[in-house]
Amino acid sequence: MDISSFYGFLGTDTTDFILRMIIMVAKIAVVIVIALLHVAYSTWFERKIIGHMQIRLGPMRVGYHGLLQPFADFVKLFFKEDIIPSSGDRPVFQLAPMIALFATISSLAVIPFFNDFVIAKNMNVGLLYLFAMSSLSAYGIILAGWSSNSKYAFLGGLRSSAQVISYEIALALSLVGIMVLSGSLNLVEIIEAQQKHWYGMYVVVQFPAYILFLICAFAETNRTPFDLPEAESELVAGYFVEYSGMRFSLFFMAEYIAMIIMSCIAVTCFWGGWTLPPVVMKALPFLAVVPGLVWFLLKVYCHLFLFYWVRATVPRFRYDHLMSLGWKVLIPLALANIVITSIVKFLF
Amino acid sequence: MLPVIIFIYFALAMTTLSILVITRRNPIHSVLFMLALFFHVAALYLFLNAEFLAAVQVILYAGAILVLFLFVITMLNLKAEIFTDPFIGEWPVSLAIGSSLLLLIFFTLRDFLPGPVGTYTIEMIQRETNTKILGRVLYTEYLFPFEIASLILLIAIVGAMVLAKKKS
Repeated sequence: MDISSFYGFLGTDTTDFILRMIIMVAKIAVVIVIALLHVAYSTWFERKIIGHMQIRLGPMRVGYHGLLQPFADFVKLFFKEDIIPSSGDRPVFQLAPMIALFATISSLAVIPFFNDFVIAKNMNVGLLYLFAMSSLSAYGIILAGWSSNSKYAFLGGLRSSAQVISYEIALALSLVGIMVLSGSLNLVEIIEAQQKHWYGMYVVVQFPAYILFLICAFAETNRTPFDLPEAESELVAGYFVEYSGMRFSLFFMAEYIAMIIMSCIAVTCFWGGWTLPPVVMKALPFLAVVPGLVWFLLKVYCHLFLFYWVRATVPRFRYDHLMSLGWKVLIPLALANIVITSIVKFLF
Repeated sequence: MLPVIIFIYFALAMTTLSILVITRRNPIHSVLFMLALFFHVAALYLFLNAEFLAAVQVILYAGAILVLFLFVITMLNLKAEIFTDPFIGEWPVSLAIGSSLLLLIFFTLRDFLPGPVGTYTIEMIQRETNTKILGRVLYTEYLFPFEIASLILLIAIVGAMVLAKKKS
């Protein structure tokens, strides 16, 4: 049996393969650098927004209106001493933040940023890949909590793993309606399927699923009102109490990238990605001049703003409320949405 | 050449990781090696054009089942666990049975004949995508076994709930 037939996509010869690898690595580097810059400035954005919502100014000292604050923070974290608890599990303690960052950053591979710019093209199971990677983020948190050998960190890790596993189900189910409507798991094809309708955005027909998705996204990324794994008032800081310096900042980056990824999924599946609705394009044809990336980023920034807005507005949930909301409300609603969507799609 | 090198890497890595899983004294380290093993298995599925299976492998095994393992293991008293022998006393017997089974497989592999090519060729699966074909086969040809499997899982869920609700 010829084994090479299985490996057709690797290319016919080695030079072709190497060339493709180089292009791939360059693309990955560009996307990661831009994503990390976004992380830096989304922290600034968050502090400014929450500051103004609480009638403060937020960071003002470093640079014009604190614009260089993220870099000052980075320098501080980078040169801070890296302390590892002596009674903890050293290798796992060092590995945990890397797993957390890897799990979130690798999700960027399937997100279509603009006109077919995707790192992993023709990924037929793009959405499933995103679920897989978001389910891995539980490892970073639970391992960090365990290896620190501290009560608070451990409790934070346990809370988080239970929370992430429960909300992952509702998160995946809330997107099944999108899969049914578009008939694909490929994110580029999902955007193209949305363009076939006059409204051009599935949020119009899948509004309940969109709300479900947003609630689950807040829980998956451990953001307020579901930030129980790091509830300051109960658990000091949760699973990363014992971390400092660069390792702490890896967790920090992982959380912000996860937020950006969730916003990207919402934009791709519900808001038409880099496209505008055909109705709008017909009414205002001059908008075609604007590159697709601008629309994509604007939509993502709106979602990020929503994350911060909610953080400044809503108090934290109690843990049993969180669990009963996830299992008794969100999952049944998501299942009902699947049934209704399938029936409507079958009838029309 | 390249596909062969990649296959050899995966075969060696999977064997090494499996051995590491059963020889570690610390169960958390075993779970971590198992996580790496699951990723390699998923990659092998990808090479077989079975991207749906690869994704499900990571979501279910790595993302759900292994996290639950980890969840339970972190509750154990690992300080005592680390000093106990990871193997039971009869391990030479198991090793003998295992290696003779491996030898048997090696001898039968020589007589392995690939079956006749059916409807689902590699080209067709690449064209139609693995997810679509798997769904179609499961809901037409294998509908009855599929429903039975889901019924068994439902019974397991109900059973778990009944056990958890029972008042002592």
